[in-house]
Amino acid sequence: MSEQKNTRRYIPIIEIILLVGLISAPLFINEFITVILTRMLILGLLAISFELCWGYSGIMTFGQGLFFGMAGYAVALFANKAGFVQIWGVIPIGIIVGTITSFIVAWLLLLGKKPPEIIFVALGTLTFSYAAERLVSGWYWVGGGNGMSIFDFLSLGSYEIEAGLVFYYIAGLTLLLVYLASRFLVRSQFGLVLAGTRQNEKRLAFLGYRVRTFKALVFTFAGAIAGLGGALYAHHEGFIGPNNMGIGISTMAVLYALFGGAGSLLGPIIGVLAIESISFNLSDIEAIKSFWPVVLGIILLGVVTFKPDGILGFLVTQRERIGTFGRIKKRKNKRKNDLES
Amino acid sequence: MALLEIKDVGKKFGTLRALDGINVSVGENSFHGLIGPNGSGKSTLLKAIAGDHYADEGSIIFNGLDITQRSPEFRAKNGLNLKFQITSIFPELSCYDNILLSIQSMQSVWSLITSRGKDSLNDKIMDTLEQFKLADRAETLAGELSHGLQQWLEIAMSVIRKPKLLLLDEPTGGMSPEERRATGELLLPIKNHTTLVIVEHDLEWIKDICDNLTVLDQGKVLDDGSVEQIEKSEKVKEVYTTRV
Repeated sequence: MSEQKNTRRYIPIIEIILLVGLISAPLFINEFITVILTRMLILGLLAISFELCWGYSGIMTFGQGLFFGMAGYAVALFANKAGFVQIWGVIPIGIIVGTITSFIVAWLLLLGKKPPEIIFVALGTLTFSYAAERLVSGWYWVGGGNGMSIFDFLSLGSYEIEAGLVFYYIAGLTLLLVYLASRFLVRSQFGLVLAGTRQNEKRLAFLGYRVRTFKALVFTFAGAIAGLGGALYAHHEGFIGPNNMGIGISTMAVLYALFGGAGSLLGPIIGVLAIESISFNLSDIEAIKSFWPVVLGIILLGVVTFKPDGILGFLVTQRERIGTFGRIKKRKNKRKNDLES
Repeated sequence: MALLEIKDVGKKFGTLRALDGINVSVGENSFHGLIGPNGSGKSTLLKAIAGDHYADEGSIIFNGLDITQRSPEFRAKNGLNLKFQITSIFPELSCYDNILLSIQSMQSVWSLITSRGKDSLNDKIMDTLEQFKLADRAETLAGELSHGLQQWLEIAMSVIRKPKLLLLDEPTGGMSPEERRATGELLLPIKNHTTLVIVEHDLEWIKDICDNLTVLDQGKVLDDGSVEQIEKSEKVKEVYTTRV
Protein backbone atom coordinates (compact mmCIF):
# COMPACT_ATOMS: atom_id res chain seq x y z
CA MET A 1 0.00 0.00 0.00
CA SER A 2 1.41 3.39 -0.93
CA GLU A 3 1.80 6.16 1.57
CA GLN A 4 -0.79 8.12 -0.37
CA LYS A 5 -3.49 5.53 0.24
CA ASN A 6 -2.52 4.85 3.83
CA THR A 7 -4.76 7.36 5.54
CA ARG A 8 -4.53 5.86 9.02
CA ARG A 9 -3.54 8.53 11.52
CA TYR A 10 -1.31 7.46 14.39
CA ILE A 11 -0.11 10.80 15.72
CA PRO A 12 -3.33 11.65 17.64
CA ILE A 13 -3.31 8.16 19.19
CA ILE A 14 0.33 8.49 20.27
CA GLU A 15 -0.37 11.99 21.60
CA ILE A 16 -3.18 10.70 23.81
CA ILE A 17 -1.19 7.69 25.04
CA LEU A 18 1.77 9.93 25.88
CA LEU A 19 -0.39 12.52 27.61
CA VAL A 20 -2.27 9.97 29.72
CA GLY A 21 0.98 8.13 30.45
CA LEU A 22 2.80 11.25 31.62
CA ILE A 23 -0.13 12.50 33.71
CA SER A 24 -0.52 9.18 35.49
CA ALA A 25 3.18 8.26 35.70
CA PRO A 26 3.75 9.62 39.25
CA LEU A 27 1.19 7.11 40.51
CA PHE A 28 3.51 4.27 39.54
CA ILE A 29 6.99 5.65 40.13
CA ASN A 30 8.92 6.74 43.18
CA GLU A 31 10.07 10.29 43.87
CA PHE A 32 13.57 9.71 42.55
CA ILE A 33 12.24 8.57 39.17
CA THR A 34 9.79 11.48 39.20
CA VAL A 35 12.76 13.84 39.42
CA ILE A 36 14.47 12.03 36.51
CA LEU A 37 11.25 12.21 34.48
CA THR A 38 10.89 15.94 35.24
CA ARG A 39 14.36 16.48 33.82
CA MET A 40 13.28 14.61 30.68
CA LEU A 41 10.20 16.81 30.30
CA ILE A 42 12.35 19.93 30.55
CA LEU A 43 14.80 18.53 28.00
CA GLY A 44 11.73 17.90 25.83
CA LEU A 45 11.44 21.69 25.50
CA LEU A 46 15.02 21.82 24.23
CA ALA A 47 14.30 19.02 21.76
CA ILE A 48 11.14 20.70 20.43
CA SER A 49 13.07 23.93 19.96
CA PHE A 50 15.60 22.09 17.79
CA GLU A 51 12.87 20.28 15.89
CA LEU A 52 11.11 23.52 14.95
CA CYS A 53 14.38 24.70 13.41
CA TRP A 54 15.52 21.53 11.65
CA GLY A 55 12.51 19.29 11.12
CA TYR A 56 10.16 22.10 10.10
CA SER A 57 12.34 24.87 8.71
CA GLY A 58 15.50 23.21 7.47
CA ILE A 59 17.78 25.22 9.78
CA MET A 60 20.52 22.95 11.10
CA THR A 61 21.38 24.54 14.42
CA PHE A 62 23.86 23.64 17.09
CA GLY A 63 22.85 26.74 19.01
CA GLN A 64 19.88 25.56 21.02
CA GLY A 65 22.18 24.78 23.95
CA LEU A 66 23.35 28.38 23.87
CA PHE A 67 19.83 29.77 24.38
CA PHE A 68 19.09 27.07 26.97
CA GLY A 69 22.26 27.85 28.91
CA MET A 70 22.01 31.64 28.63
CA ALA A 71 18.55 31.54 30.17
CA GLY A 72 19.78 29.13 32.85
CA TYR A 73 22.63 31.47 33.77
CA ALA A 74 20.28 34.47 33.74
CA VAL A 75 17.86 32.94 36.26
CA ALA A 76 20.78 31.67 38.33
CA LEU A 77 22.18 35.20 38.50
CA PHE A 78 18.77 36.57 39.45
CA ALA A 79 18.54 33.93 42.18
CA ASN A 80 22.06 34.35 43.55
CA LYS A 81 22.69 38.05 43.08
CA ALA A 82 19.16 39.42 43.61
CA GLY A 83 17.49 36.59 45.53
CA PHE A 84 14.70 36.45 42.96
CA VAL A 85 13.24 32.96 42.46
CA GLN A 86 9.53 33.62 41.86
CA ILE A 87 8.18 31.38 39.11
CA TRP A 88 6.07 34.17 37.61
CA GLY A 89 9.33 36.03 36.95
CA VAL A 90 11.68 33.14 36.25
CA ILE A 91 9.66 31.82 33.29
CA PRO A 92 9.41 35.21 31.51
CA ILE A 93 13.13 35.85 32.16
CA GLY A 94 13.97 32.53 30.49
CA ILE A 95 11.72 33.30 27.53
CA ILE A 96 13.04 36.84 27.12
CA VAL A 97 16.71 35.83 27.35
CA GLY A 98 16.13 32.98 24.88
CA THR A 99 14.26 35.30 22.50
CA ILE A 100 16.83 38.09 22.56
CA THR A 101 19.82 35.76 22.21
CA SER A 102 18.29 33.76 19.38
CA PHE A 103 17.15 36.91 17.59
CA ILE A 104 20.72 38.25 17.66
CA VAL A 105 22.04 34.95 16.26
CA ALA A 106 19.26 34.89 13.63
CA TRP A 107 20.05 38.45 12.63
CA LEU A 108 23.73 37.62 12.20
CA LEU A 109 23.35 34.24 10.48
CA LEU A 110 19.98 34.15 8.75
CA LEU A 111 19.06 37.69 7.78
CA GLY A 112 21.96 38.45 5.46
CA LYS A 113 21.54 39.75 1.92
CA LYS A 114 21.61 36.27 0.44
CA PRO A 115 19.98 33.10 1.83
CA PRO A 116 22.63 31.33 3.93
CA GLU A 117 23.78 27.79 3.22
CA ILE A 118 22.82 25.08 5.74
CA ILE A 119 26.48 24.48 6.60
CA PHE A 120 27.05 28.19 7.26
CA VAL A 121 24.25 28.29 9.83
CA ALA A 122 25.31 24.96 11.37
CA LEU A 123 28.90 26.09 11.80
CA GLY A 124 27.86 29.57 12.88
CA THR A 125 25.61 28.30 15.66
CA LEU A 126 28.25 25.74 16.64
CA THR A 127 30.80 28.53 16.97
CA PHE A 128 28.48 30.64 19.10
CA SER A 129 27.81 27.67 21.42
CA TYR A 130 31.48 26.84 21.71
CA ALA A 131 32.46 30.47 22.32
CA ALA A 132 29.78 30.88 24.99
CA GLU A 133 30.87 27.67 26.73
CA ARG A 134 34.49 28.84 26.76
CA LEU A 135 33.49 32.28 27.93
CA VAL A 136 31.55 31.13 30.99
CA SER A 137 34.20 28.50 31.77
CA GLY A 138 36.75 31.24 32.32
CA TRP A 139 34.47 33.85 33.83
CA TYR A 140 34.57 33.55 37.61
CA TRP A 141 31.70 35.99 38.21
CA VAL A 142 29.42 33.27 36.85
CA GLY A 143 31.24 30.44 38.58
CA GLY A 144 33.86 29.64 35.93
CA GLY A 145 34.28 25.96 35.11
CA ASN A 146 32.37 24.97 38.27
CA GLY A 147 29.18 26.65 37.12
CA MET A 148 26.61 28.21 39.44
CA SER A 149 24.55 26.53 42.09
CA ILE A 150 21.14 27.92 42.97
CA PHE A 151 20.51 27.55 46.68
CA ASP A 152 16.95 28.89 46.89
CA PHE A 153 14.04 26.86 45.59
CA LEU A 154 11.81 28.11 42.82
CA SER A 155 8.86 29.74 44.58
CA LEU A 156 5.31 30.89 44.12
CA GLY A 157 4.83 33.52 46.81
CA SER A 158 6.07 31.84 49.96
CA TYR A 159 5.47 28.30 48.60
CA GLU A 160 8.73 26.59 47.63
CA ILE A 161 8.62 24.33 44.58
CA GLU A 162 11.15 21.59 45.21
CA ALA A 163 12.14 18.99 42.66
CA GLY A 164 9.42 16.37 42.93
CA LEU A 165 5.76 15.95 42.14
CA VAL A 166 4.75 19.64 41.90
CA PHE A 167 7.75 20.50 39.74
CA TYR A 168 6.93 17.48 37.57
CA TYR A 169 3.45 18.77 36.81
CA ILE A 170 4.72 22.31 36.23
CA ALA A 171 7.27 20.98 33.73
CA GLY A 172 4.61 18.73 32.17
CA LEU A 173 2.12 21.57 31.82
CA THR A 174 4.79 23.82 30.33
CA LEU A 175 5.74 21.13 27.83
CA LEU A 176 2.08 20.58 26.93
CA LEU A 177 1.49 24.30 26.34
CA VAL A 178 4.66 24.63 24.26
CA TYR A 179 3.68 21.52 22.29
CA LEU A 180 0.20 22.91 21.59
CA ALA A 181 1.55 26.34 20.61
CA SER A 182 4.14 24.76 18.32
CA ARG A 183 1.54 22.45 16.79
CA PHE A 184 -0.74 25.41 16.16
CA LEU A 185 2.13 27.17 14.40
CA VAL A 186 3.26 24.26 12.23
CA ARG A 187 -0.32 23.34 11.23
CA SER A 188 -1.15 26.93 10.25
CA GLN A 189 -0.66 28.59 6.88
CA PHE A 190 2.65 29.77 8.33
CA GLY A 191 3.51 26.09 8.81
CA LEU A 192 2.72 25.49 5.15
CA VAL A 193 5.40 28.05 4.29
CA LEU A 194 7.80 26.16 6.54
CA ALA A 195 6.92 22.88 4.81
CA GLY A 196 7.62 24.61 1.50
CA THR A 197 10.93 25.90 2.82
CA ARG A 198 12.05 22.37 3.60
CA GLN A 199 11.14 21.07 0.16
CA ASN A 200 11.95 23.84 -2.29
CA GLU A 201 13.26 27.06 -0.79
CA LYS A 202 14.13 28.61 -4.13
CA ARG A 203 10.60 28.18 -5.43
CA LEU A 204 9.22 30.02 -2.41
CA ALA A 205 11.32 33.08 -3.22
CA PHE A 206 9.83 33.11 -6.72
CA LEU A 207 6.36 33.05 -5.18
CA GLY A 208 7.18 36.26 -3.31
CA TYR A 209 8.12 34.88 0.11
CA ARG A 210 11.10 36.38 1.93
CA VAL A 211 12.14 32.98 3.24
CA ARG A 212 14.88 34.38 5.50
CA THR A 213 12.29 36.31 7.50
CA PHE A 214 10.22 33.17 8.08
CA LYS A 215 13.31 31.26 9.14
CA ALA A 216 14.40 34.02 11.51
CA LEU A 217 10.94 34.08 13.09
CA VAL A 218 10.92 30.33 13.70
CA PHE A 219 14.48 30.41 14.96
CA THR A 220 13.60 33.15 17.45
CA PHE A 221 10.45 31.33 18.57
CA ALA A 222 12.50 28.17 19.05
CA GLY A 223 15.10 30.17 20.98
CA ALA A 224 12.36 31.39 23.33
CA ILE A 225 11.33 27.77 23.97
CA ALA A 226 14.94 26.73 24.62
CA GLY A 227 15.27 29.69 27.01
CA LEU A 228 12.14 28.61 28.86
CA GLY A 229 13.62 25.12 29.15
CA GLY A 230 16.94 26.48 30.41
CA ALA A 231 15.27 28.54 33.13
CA LEU A 232 13.29 25.55 34.41
CA TYR A 233 16.31 23.26 34.12
CA ALA A 234 18.57 25.53 36.20
CA HIS A 235 16.00 25.72 39.00
CA HIS A 236 15.14 22.02 38.83
CA GLU A 237 18.75 20.90 39.01
CA GLY A 238 19.74 23.76 41.32
CA PHE A 239 22.72 24.22 39.06
CA ILE A 240 23.82 25.56 35.70
CA GLY A 241 27.29 25.09 34.23
CA PRO A 242 29.27 25.49 31.01
CA ASN A 243 28.26 21.98 29.92
CA ASN A 244 24.62 23.08 29.91
CA MET A 245 25.17 25.74 27.26
CA GLY A 246 27.79 24.34 24.93
CA ILE A 247 28.23 21.96 22.07
CA GLY A 248 27.45 18.87 24.16
CA ILE A 249 23.88 19.78 25.03
CA SER A 250 23.30 21.33 21.59
CA THR A 251 24.31 18.02 20.02
CA MET A 252 22.04 16.14 22.41
CA ALA A 253 19.12 18.24 21.12
CA VAL A 254 20.00 17.07 17.59
CA LEU A 255 20.17 13.45 18.74
CA TYR A 256 16.85 13.62 20.60
CA ALA A 257 15.12 14.74 17.42
CA LEU A 258 16.87 12.31 15.06
CA PHE A 259 16.45 9.35 17.41
CA GLY A 260 12.78 10.05 18.11
CA GLY A 261 11.95 11.04 14.56
CA ALA A 262 12.48 14.41 12.89
CA GLY A 263 9.60 16.06 11.07
CA SER A 264 7.11 15.84 13.91
CA LEU A 265 6.81 17.45 17.31
CA LEU A 266 6.23 14.11 19.00
CA GLY A 267 9.48 12.59 17.73
CA PRO A 268 11.82 14.77 19.81
CA ILE A 269 9.82 14.15 23.00
CA ILE A 270 9.93 10.41 22.37
CA GLY A 271 13.64 10.81 21.60
CA VAL A 272 14.31 12.47 24.96
CA LEU A 273 12.34 9.83 26.87
CA ALA A 274 14.08 7.01 25.00
CA ILE A 275 17.67 8.32 25.12
CA GLU A 276 17.50 9.46 28.73
CA SER A 277 15.85 6.19 29.83
CA ILE A 278 18.43 4.10 27.99
CA SER A 279 21.26 6.20 29.46
CA PHE A 280 19.81 5.89 32.96
CA ASN A 281 19.43 2.13 32.73
CA LEU A 282 22.77 1.48 30.99
CA SER A 283 24.66 3.48 33.59
CA ASP A 284 23.15 1.20 36.24
CA ILE A 285 24.40 -2.05 34.71
CA GLU A 286 27.48 -3.14 36.62
CA ALA A 287 29.13 -5.00 33.72
CA ILE A 288 29.26 -1.93 31.46
CA LYS A 289 29.51 0.77 34.08
CA SER A 290 32.82 2.08 32.78
CA PHE A 291 31.91 2.20 29.11
CA TRP A 292 28.12 2.56 28.94
CA PRO A 293 28.31 5.79 26.86
CA VAL A 294 29.97 3.72 24.11
CA VAL A 295 27.04 1.28 24.16
CA LEU A 296 24.63 4.21 24.04
CA GLY A 297 26.56 5.68 21.12
CA ILE A 298 26.29 2.40 19.20
CA ILE A 299 22.53 2.26 19.80
CA LEU A 300 22.08 5.87 18.65
CA LEU A 301 24.25 5.27 15.61
CA GLY A 302 22.29 2.15 14.73
CA VAL A 303 18.90 3.86 14.86
CA VAL A 304 20.03 7.00 13.03
CA THR A 305 21.73 4.90 10.32
CA PHE A 306 19.15 2.17 9.77
CA LYS A 307 16.02 4.08 10.67
CA PRO A 308 16.62 7.67 9.51
CA ASP A 309 13.05 8.66 10.33
CA GLY A 310 13.60 7.61 13.96
CA ILE A 311 11.49 5.58 16.36
CA LEU A 312 8.34 7.37 15.26
CA GLY A 313 9.03 6.16 11.73
CA PHE A 314 7.90 2.64 12.72
CA LEU A 315 4.33 3.91 12.92
CA VAL A 316 4.01 7.34 11.34
CA THR A 317 4.50 7.88 7.61
CA GLN A 318 6.21 10.89 6.11
CA ARG A 319 2.84 11.88 4.64
CA GLU A 320 1.23 11.97 8.05
CA ARG A 321 4.09 14.00 9.50
CA ILE A 322 3.79 16.67 6.83
CA GLY A 323 -0.02 16.51 6.86
CA THR A 324 -2.35 18.65 4.81
CA PHE A 325 -3.10 22.31 5.28
CA GLY A 326 -6.11 23.03 3.07
CA ARG A 327 -9.79 22.54 3.72
CA ILE A 328 -10.71 20.25 0.85
CA LYS A 329 -13.46 18.46 2.77
CA LYS A 330 -15.48 21.60 3.20
CA ARG A 331 -15.54 22.10 -0.56
CA LYS A 332 -16.59 18.49 -1.07
CA ASN A 333 -19.51 19.07 1.28
CA LYS A 334 -20.36 22.21 -0.58
CA ARG A 335 -20.37 20.34 -3.88
CA LYS A 336 -22.47 17.60 -2.34
CA ASN A 337 -24.95 20.20 -1.08
CA ASP A 338 -24.98 21.83 -4.51
CA LEU A 339 -25.81 18.51 -6.12
CA GLU A 340 -28.50 17.76 -3.57
CA SER A 341 -30.08 21.16 -4.03
CA MET B 1 2.73 51.22 -23.35
CA ALA B 2 4.91 48.15 -23.03
CA LEU B 3 4.57 46.08 -19.86
CA LEU B 4 8.15 44.81 -20.17
CA GLU B 5 11.05 46.74 -21.65
CA ILE B 6 14.42 45.03 -21.95
CA LYS B 7 17.09 47.56 -22.86
CA ASP B 8 20.63 46.61 -23.92
CA VAL B 9 20.74 43.70 -21.50
CA GLY B 10 24.01 41.78 -21.31
CA LYS B 11 25.06 38.78 -19.24
CA LYS B 12 28.41 37.04 -19.00
CA PHE B 13 29.32 33.69 -17.49
CA GLY B 14 33.10 33.82 -17.20
CA THR B 15 34.28 34.56 -20.70
CA LEU B 16 31.06 33.38 -22.34
CA ARG B 17 28.78 36.22 -23.37
CA ALA B 18 25.35 34.62 -22.94
CA LEU B 19 23.38 37.81 -23.64
CA ASP B 20 24.69 40.68 -25.71
CA GLY B 21 22.77 43.95 -26.01
CA ILE B 22 19.29 42.43 -25.95
CA ASN B 23 16.38 44.78 -26.67
CA VAL B 24 12.87 43.41 -26.43
CA SER B 25 9.54 45.08 -25.76
CA VAL B 26 6.47 43.13 -24.66
CA GLY B 27 3.03 44.72 -24.79
CA GLU B 28 0.30 44.25 -22.20
CA ASN B 29 -1.96 41.18 -22.48
CA SER B 30 0.01 39.71 -25.35
CA PHE B 31 1.63 36.31 -25.72
CA HIS B 32 5.28 36.72 -26.65
CA GLY B 33 7.51 33.84 -27.68
CA LEU B 34 11.27 33.58 -27.32
CA ILE B 35 12.76 31.12 -29.78
CA GLY B 36 16.19 30.23 -31.04
CA PRO B 37 18.66 27.39 -31.31
CA ASN B 38 20.13 25.69 -28.24
CA GLY B 39 22.48 28.02 -26.37
CA SER B 40 21.02 31.13 -27.97
CA GLY B 41 20.29 32.69 -24.55
CA LYS B 42 16.51 32.21 -24.28
CA SER B 43 16.48 30.70 -20.80
CA THR B 44 19.22 33.07 -19.63
CA LEU B 45 17.10 36.02 -20.70
CA LEU B 46 14.02 34.59 -19.00
CA LYS B 47 15.98 34.05 -15.79
CA ALA B 48 17.32 37.61 -15.92
CA ILE B 49 13.73 38.87 -16.19
CA ALA B 50 12.59 36.66 -13.28
CA GLY B 51 15.60 37.43 -11.05
CA ASP B 52 17.11 33.95 -11.02
CA HIS B 53 20.28 35.73 -12.02
CA TYR B 54 21.03 39.35 -12.63
CA ALA B 55 21.92 41.16 -15.84
CA ASP B 56 25.44 42.62 -15.93
CA GLU B 57 24.48 45.42 -18.29
CA GLY B 58 21.37 47.24 -19.40
CA SER B 59 18.03 47.51 -17.68
CA ILE B 60 14.80 45.61 -17.34
CA ILE B 61 11.73 47.76 -16.82
CA PHE B 62 8.59 45.96 -15.72
CA ASN B 63 5.33 47.87 -15.34
CA GLY B 64 7.32 51.10 -14.98
CA LEU B 65 9.68 49.69 -12.33
CA ASP B 66 13.37 49.13 -12.88
CA ILE B 67 13.73 45.55 -11.65
CA THR B 68 17.18 44.83 -13.08
CA GLN B 69 18.82 44.22 -9.72
CA ARG B 70 15.72 43.52 -7.61
CA SER B 71 15.21 40.23 -5.77
CA PRO B 72 12.89 37.49 -7.07
CA GLU B 73 10.62 38.18 -4.06
CA PHE B 74 10.22 41.81 -5.11
CA ARG B 75 9.46 40.84 -8.70
CA ALA B 76 6.93 38.21 -7.63
CA LYS B 77 5.21 40.64 -5.25
CA ASN B 78 4.87 43.11 -8.11
CA GLY B 79 3.12 40.64 -10.38
CA LEU B 80 5.87 38.76 -12.17
CA ASN B 81 5.89 34.97 -12.10
CA LEU B 82 8.14 32.27 -13.48
CA LYS B 83 7.49 28.66 -14.38
CA PHE B 84 10.86 26.96 -14.30
CA GLN B 85 12.24 24.84 -17.13
CA ILE B 86 12.69 21.90 -14.75
CA THR B 87 9.41 21.52 -12.93
CA SER B 88 9.66 23.26 -9.58
CA ILE B 89 6.84 22.31 -7.23
CA PHE B 90 6.58 21.05 -3.65
CA PRO B 91 6.57 17.27 -4.14
CA GLU B 92 5.61 16.27 -0.60
CA LEU B 93 2.64 18.61 -0.43
CA SER B 94 -0.75 17.86 -1.94
CA CYS B 95 -1.78 19.60 -5.17
CA TYR B 96 -4.22 21.66 -3.12
CA ASP B 97 -1.50 22.80 -0.73
CA ASN B 98 0.84 23.67 -3.61
CA ILE B 99 -1.79 26.06 -4.93
CA LEU B 100 -2.60 27.38 -1.45
CA LEU B 101 1.09 28.05 -0.85
CA SER B 102 1.27 29.98 -4.07
CA ILE B 103 -1.75 32.21 -3.51
CA GLN B 104 -1.30 32.88 0.20
CA SER B 105 2.04 34.63 -0.35
CA MET B 106 0.17 37.92 -0.56
CA GLN B 107 -1.01 37.58 3.07
CA SER B 108 0.77 39.12 6.05
CA VAL B 109 2.83 36.93 8.37
CA TRP B 110 0.28 37.41 11.15
CA SER B 111 -2.64 36.30 9.01
CA LEU B 112 -0.59 33.24 7.99
CA ILE B 113 0.00 32.37 11.65
CA THR B 114 -3.68 32.74 12.46
CA SER B 115 -4.66 31.01 9.18
CA ARG B 116 -7.19 33.72 8.47
CA GLY B 117 -7.28 33.43 4.71
CA LYS B 118 -7.48 29.65 4.44
CA ASP B 119 -11.26 29.20 4.18
CA SER B 120 -11.87 32.15 1.90
CA LEU B 121 -9.31 30.83 -0.61
CA ASN B 122 -10.83 27.36 -0.82
CA ASP B 123 -13.27 27.90 -3.69
CA LYS B 124 -10.73 29.83 -5.73
CA ILE B 125 -8.20 27.02 -5.31
CA MET B 126 -10.72 24.34 -6.27
CA ASP B 127 -11.79 26.36 -9.33
CA THR B 128 -8.17 26.59 -10.46
CA LEU B 129 -7.62 22.88 -9.87
CA GLU B 130 -10.73 22.15 -11.94
CA GLN B 131 -9.52 24.50 -14.68
CA PHE B 132 -6.26 22.54 -14.88
CA LYS B 133 -7.99 19.15 -14.62
CA LEU B 134 -6.47 18.48 -11.20
CA ALA B 135 -9.59 18.71 -9.00
CA ASP B 136 -9.81 14.94 -8.58
CA ARG B 137 -6.19 14.90 -7.50
CA ALA B 138 -6.47 17.75 -4.99
CA GLU B 139 -5.27 15.52 -2.17
CA THR B 140 -2.64 13.67 -4.21
CA LEU B 141 0.97 14.49 -3.44
CA ALA B 142 2.39 16.68 -6.18
CA GLY B 143 5.40 14.40 -6.47
CA GLU B 144 3.12 11.50 -7.44
CA LEU B 145 1.69 13.27 -10.49
CA SER B 146 2.85 12.48 -14.01
CA HIS B 147 5.37 14.87 -15.54
CA GLY B 148 2.72 16.57 -17.67
CA LEU B 149 0.40 17.11 -14.71
CA GLN B 150 3.27 18.48 -12.64
CA GLN B 151 3.84 21.04 -15.39
CA TRP B 152 0.17 21.96 -15.28
CA LEU B 153 0.25 22.22 -11.52
CA GLU B 154 3.16 24.62 -11.70
CA ILE B 155 1.37 26.71 -14.31
CA ALA B 156 -1.78 26.63 -12.15
CA MET B 157 0.28 27.88 -9.19
CA SER B 158 1.18 30.93 -11.24
CA VAL B 159 -2.16 31.46 -12.96
CA ILE B 160 -4.15 31.59 -9.70
CA ARG B 161 -2.11 34.61 -8.67
CA LYS B 162 -3.27 36.48 -11.79
CA PRO B 163 0.21 37.84 -12.43
CA LYS B 164 0.69 40.77 -14.77
CA LEU B 165 3.52 38.89 -16.45
CA LEU B 166 3.99 35.14 -16.55
CA LEU B 167 7.26 33.67 -17.80
CA LEU B 168 7.06 30.08 -19.00
CA ASP B 169 10.29 28.24 -19.62
CA GLU B 170 9.51 25.32 -21.91
CA PRO B 171 6.02 24.65 -20.53
CA THR B 172 5.42 21.68 -22.81
CA GLY B 173 8.81 20.04 -22.33
CA GLY B 174 8.42 16.25 -22.09
CA MET B 175 4.71 16.36 -22.93
CA SER B 176 2.83 14.25 -25.47
CA PRO B 177 1.32 16.05 -28.52
CA GLU B 178 -2.11 15.74 -26.92
CA GLU B 179 -0.87 17.29 -23.68
CA ARG B 180 0.78 20.12 -25.63
CA ARG B 181 -2.46 20.93 -27.38
CA ALA B 182 -4.32 20.87 -24.06
CA THR B 183 -1.69 23.13 -22.48
CA GLY B 184 -2.27 25.71 -25.22
CA GLU B 185 -6.00 25.57 -24.55
CA LEU B 186 -5.44 26.01 -20.83
CA LEU B 187 -3.33 29.11 -21.38
CA LEU B 188 -5.58 30.98 -23.80
CA PRO B 189 -8.20 32.10 -21.22
CA ILE B 190 -5.59 33.95 -19.13
CA LYS B 191 -4.92 36.43 -21.93
CA ASN B 192 -7.50 38.85 -20.50
CA HIS B 193 -5.38 39.61 -17.47
CA THR B 194 -1.89 38.23 -18.02
CA THR B 195 0.97 38.83 -20.41
CA LEU B 196 2.89 35.72 -21.31
CA VAL B 197 6.54 35.33 -22.30
CA ILE B 198 7.23 31.77 -23.41
CA VAL B 199 10.46 29.98 -24.21
CA GLU B 200 9.70 26.91 -26.25
CA HIS B 201 11.40 24.53 -28.67
CA ASP B 202 8.20 23.37 -30.33
CA LEU B 203 7.91 26.01 -33.06
CA GLU B 204 4.49 24.89 -34.32
CA TRP B 205 3.04 25.11 -30.83
CA ILE B 206 4.52 28.52 -30.08
CA LYS B 207 3.39 29.92 -33.45
CA ASP B 208 -0.17 28.85 -32.68
CA ILE B 209 -0.30 30.47 -29.27
CA CYS B 210 1.85 33.63 -29.56
CA ASP B 211 1.17 37.04 -31.08
CA ASN B 212 4.80 38.06 -31.37
CA LEU B 213 8.13 36.29 -31.48
CA THR B 214 11.69 37.27 -30.68
CA VAL B 215 14.37 35.09 -32.22
CA LEU B 216 17.66 34.88 -30.36
CA ASP B 217 20.91 33.58 -31.74
CA GLN B 218 24.26 33.49 -29.91
CA GLY B 219 23.02 35.87 -27.23
CA LYS B 220 21.70 38.48 -29.65
CA VAL B 221 18.31 39.34 -31.07
CA LEU B 222 18.23 37.95 -34.59
CA ASP B 223 14.75 39.15 -35.43
CA ASP B 224 11.65 40.45 -33.72
CA GLY B 225 8.06 40.84 -34.87
CA SER B 226 4.68 39.21 -35.41
CA VAL B 227 4.47 35.49 -36.07
CA GLU B 228 3.82 36.16 -39.75
CA GLN B 229 6.84 38.46 -40.04
CA ILE B 230 9.11 35.94 -38.35
CA GLU B 231 7.84 33.14 -40.59
CA LYS B 232 8.89 35.18 -43.62
CA SER B 233 12.23 36.32 -42.16
CA GLU B 234 15.18 35.18 -44.26
CA LYS B 235 17.61 35.55 -41.33
CA VAL B 236 15.51 33.23 -39.20
CA LYS B 237 15.11 30.71 -41.99
CA GLU B 238 18.85 30.66 -42.48
CA VAL B 239 19.57 29.98 -38.82
CA TYR B 240 16.89 27.31 -38.58
CA THR B 241 17.82 25.58 -41.80
CA THR B 242 21.57 25.64 -41.24
CA ARG B 243 21.85 25.10 -37.49
CA VAL B 244 18.66 23.60 -36.05
